[in-house]
Amino acid sequence: MANSYYDPADLRKFGNITEWSEELGNKFFDYYGKVFEEGALSAREKSLIALAVAHVVKCPYCIDAYTKDGLQRGITKEEMMEAVHAGAAIESGATLVHGVQMMNKYNKLSM
Amino acid sequence: MGYMCNQVCEHCHVDAGPDRKEIMTRETMEQCLEVIRNTGAHTLDLTGGAPEMNPNFRWFVEEASKAGIQDFIVRSNLTIIRANKKYHDLPEFFKKHNVHVVSSMPHYTRGKTDKQRGDGVFDKSIEALQQLNAVGYGMPDSDLRLDLVYNPSGAFLPSDQAAMERDFKKALKEDFNIEFHNLFAITNLPISRFLDYLIASDNYEDYMYSLVEAYNPAAVENVMCTNTISVSWDGWLYDCDFNQMLGLKVASKVKHIKDYNEEVLNDRNIVISQHCYGCTAGAGSSCQGTVA
Repeated sequence: MANSYYDPADLRKFGNITEWSEELGNKFFDYYGKVFEEGALSAREKSLIALAVAHVVKCPYCIDAYTKDGLQRGITKEEMMEAVHAGAAIESGATLVHGVQMMNKYNKLSM
Repeated sequence: MGYMCNQVCEHCHVDAGPDRKEIMTRETMEQCLEVIRNTGAHTLDLTGGAPEMNPNFRWFVEEASKAGIQDFIVRSNLTIIRANKKYHDLPEFFKKHNVHVVSSMPHYTRGKTDKQRGDGVFDKSIEALQQLNAVGYGMPDSDLRLDLVYNPSGAFLPSDQAAMERDFKKALKEDFNIEFHNLFAITNLPISRFLDYLIASDNYEDYMYSLVEAYNPAAVENVMCTNTISVSWDGWLYDCDFNQMLGLKVASKVKHIKDYNEEVLNDRNIVISQHCYGCTAGAGSSCQGTVA
């Protein structure tokens, strides 16, 4: 057994999930592949979105995968960091907007 | 044409640089010309180092043209055009002989290019491209072919060549009013200086895994060893430039340009090793970019 919860080498084994549920695994990978094809958004734009989301959901596999994907697509480190900040801003905003709920509650309970 | 170069790039599989003294002699060039005359070879792909630094470079192009070469390719690092006054007229020389110019350009941003190829390389490359454009190279309707070569600046494979080309064209046009024809995406092969980097940065295993995982049988058919022979600065024959750097001569009785025999050479197996996965990964890779 691995001595840590995350092993970078496990990313290569992602496809193995189909072994225990072939139909669902294949449907997922077909869907995944289709999502990242060129469409109304370019594959490059989707790669940056994926990188931002990877940070928000704190998936180390996804961060490795989409940093590499960005490099392969010629995406610069400045672009990558801006994408991470976009994700971080939404995530922190999602926390802070609850401050309104706190304020509402505070005001309701206070004389 | 030799290993001498005015640059010392991080990824260079030739280990080229200003201190390399190995350059092709006129005698070896004469032997190449003899082969061109006898075989009807139509394409001559000149590389180095910086091939233009060979003192017999221009003579060789002129003689090869007389010998029947129709398609000249020069792998120019661009900065050589700006390096010294004696090279400033290279664009006109290329134009005169309808040379197809293929130039390295790792990225359309200064930072990424200079990191791989050395400080100041980006600005000089831009100047050289503008100079080539000025004589007609790379313009949309021009027959003067100007293609760029992208190779990744790190331990990763190139992405979709067409998408990269669109990005390069947009950025170079908007930022510097530069035009070019095609972008070739070339995979870095795990040999020489790039192999040293992979090992030192602990990326070797992952990189090899990426290459092997991306193996594409469809790319095998058109890799460059199937239609090109590599002649070293001292006349030895190799299946490709990479085998040349590894000292893996052709598996044939004929091993030197002076003994060239097409029939004997055609009846040979290509010498392969693990670096060959570099040319067969994904969409494939050759000196003309993707192959599948």
